Amino acid sequence: MRLHAALRTGVKRVFLGCEEVLDAFFRGEDNPLRHLGAMGLYLLWIVVGSGLYLYAVLDTGIDAVYRSIGDLALQQRYFGGILRSLHRYASDGFMLVMLLHLLREWCYGRYFGFRLYSWVTGVPLLWLAYIAGIGGYWIVWDQLAQLSAIATTELLDWLPIFSEPSARNFLTPDSLSDRFFTMLVFIHLGVPLLLILGLWAHVHRIGHVDYLPSRRVMLATLAALIALSLFAPALSNPPANLATTPGELGMDWFILFVHPLTDLTSPAIVWALLFGLTALLFALPVLPHPRPQPAAVVDAANCTGCDRCLADCPYAAIAMQAHPQRPGLKLAVVDPDLCASCGICAGSCPSSTPFRRQEMLVTGIDMPQQPVNALREQLEQALARLAGRTRIVVFSCARGADAALLGATDTAVIPLLCAGMLPPAFVEYALRGGADGVLLTSCRSGGCDFRLGERWTGDRLQGRREPHLRRTVPASRVLLVATTVHDRSALADSLASFRSRLESKADASDRLPPYHRKASRHA
Amino acid sequence: MLKPVAIVGQVILYGAFAAFIGYFATSPKYRQVADDIALIKLSISHLGDRECRKRTPEELAKLPPNMRAPMDCPRERSDIRLEVDLDGQAAFRTTMHPTGLYKDGVSTVYKRFELKAGTYQLAVRMNDNLIKPGFNFVKEAQIKLAPGQVMVIDFNPDRGGLFFK
Ligand code: HEM
Ligand code: SF4
Ligand code: SF4
Repeated sequence: MRLHAALRTGVKRVFLGCEEVLDAFFRGEDNPLRHLGAMGLYLLWIVVGSGLYLYAVLDTGIDAVYRSIGDLALQQRYFGGILRSLHRYASDGFMLVMLLHLLREWCYGRYFGFRLYSWVTGVPLLWLAYIAGIGGYWIVWDQLAQLSAIATTELLDWLPIFSEPSARNFLTPDSLSDRFFTMLVFIHLGVPLLLILGLWAHVHRIGHVDYLPSRRVMLATLAALIALSLFAPALSNPPANLATTPGELGMDWFILFVHPLTDLTSPAIVWALLFGLTALLFALPVLPHPRPQPAAVVDAANCTGCDRCLADCPYAAIAMQAHPQRPGLKLAVVDPDLCASCGICAGSCPSSTPFRRQEMLVTGIDMPQQPVNALREQLEQALARLAGRTRIVVFSCARGADAALLGATDTAVIPLLCAGMLPPAFVEYALRGGADGVLLTSCRSGGCDFRLGERWTGDRLQGRREPHLRRTVPASRVLLVATTVHDRSALADSLASFRSRLESKADASDRLPPYHRKASRHA
Repeated sequence: MLKPVAIVGQVILYGAFAAFIGYFATSPKYRQVADDIALIKLSISHLGDRECRKRTPEELAKLPPNMRAPMDCPRERSDIRLEVDLDGQAAFRTTMHPTGLYKDGVSTVYKRFELKAGTYQLAVRMNDNLIKPGFNFVKEAQIKLAPGQVMVIDFNPDRGGLFFK
């Protein structure tokens, strides 16, 4: 257990470090390491698209398959040759990206609680992907196909599945029939279809799925793969001949690594490894984990059924029902099993505005562990305490860089479950309550622990998403800083330069009129 | 706009991605069997004989007239004993068991031998009815294995029993 935790945090540190390095070149939304699932889907579409062409030119029949695919690179160097190469290289890329995606979700600890479903539905996809990939190599019926077919059937025969060894099908050239290829094509179409179906299930419980990477990333990835296809077209090895052993072969280590591994060890070890790893992946979520945080709670009296929380929830945990007390209106309902406890819904609810006069601010949907009312009290107390020339309120996402040490007489730090839980009106409220500036930290683009917090926050502050920050709020007094847990000193620098910018402002005419809830109520 | 450094960095990173894929899609090369080696694949799938017993006249008399078969044959099939010798040395010994819940299915064996190319004296003996002693199928021959050749030892009653191919 402790070993696993240590391993996980170690790998996480390295992975996050790589993400940060790539951020320097890709900026957030283009960082492929933060969109590995989407990269996987994109590569899969390339595989499917190029595969349809290969299917169209494929002749089934022992010699025909070899010729119809093997000659593509020679006869149609550009079109067919590139499509064949893309099919192979995108498949390899898919395997690579899939394993990185798995590694990332694991090392970030994203395999239990509300993510259990995504995790458990992800594991069978691994098997389907490898079955589809290995089957694909057989269709070419070159010596690599021969090696793989025999090695795979010998491996399968180690398990007590078939009454007759399946490797008997590849004893001699005449033990093979044309029907074999028809069946193979069937499998090589059917298994990927299952994979796509499985993927549909995999993302079923996620809202606003990251289906595709950004356009720039798609174009660049495709360009890189096409360049590779031109530079190193995918070619067949010499044709299969069951009467001889395969010679030295170009080997696809992404997909066929299991064969050298079996040769190096033994079928028993390989099966133990494959089943053991699969069992381990399935078992991970049932290991002891920290208790889940309380789920969001709806208050029927304050919910107008506006759908905003439904639209913003990253985990599709919210559904709308008929309002029990107000005919014609809807009411948000939370499924606690799906809820990630991110608070993004509280940030999206129009009833969360701190300008409401009630002593007790009760919103439509709220987090029991940090209700909007407590947030307002915390802010009001902080504003009352702040002193100095430039008073700054820092709202900091607890998942990003730790901001606690920034607290000072002129700086109040208020932690949030996620940047997305802050109703934008709180920014205006802070400025009108005496703050000279508001700094809000979120995760770096694509790096939100709750998937969408940083995106919604940016969109709300810039008026692109409801509820938006009012346009009368001067942009120069609000700063959004994207951080990772490693960015503590960068955050301190951002705060310092924000402060000096505010201090060097020539005039203070952009100040909003003060607003004091208690004073205004008694006035 | 992206800074030139970022553009150069991206080109390098996409290039590295493609190069990584391109390299491991075919390299390092793999050779499963060294080039001076030949394979013998022993692969037999055969329904063992039944271990029948002749009924005594007294037993036959006890049976209803329409069921007086002279032999008492159980449903189970016999195990099959198999021996392979190379140049007079024992290379493989096995007893194959019938498959199936009622032991009425085929018995199978699949085994691969890697041998240096060259000439060998190969002998295979098989007994598919262990009630009887000895071996009822025997095949012996001098074989010449070329490098990379795959030779098969199979069994087919229609082709006279054991055969090499
Ligand atoms: C077969 C290739 C796979 C593809 C194409 C794929 C794709 C995706 C996509 C598109 C998402 C949604 C990401 C988002 O919108 O933020 C996702 C989420 C997820 N995937 Fe996969 N996936 C694959 C395999 C796997 C595997 C093998 C696992 C682990 C066993 C896994 C675990 C997860 C988890 C835990 C999430 C939820 C992430 C979150 O809640 O933040 N996936 N996947
Ligand atoms: S807390 Fe997050 S996951 Fe839960 S309902 Fe609200 S937005 Fe959805
Ligand atoms: S955002 Fe608030 S008011 Fe709108 S549906 Fe959700 S809980 Fe109800």
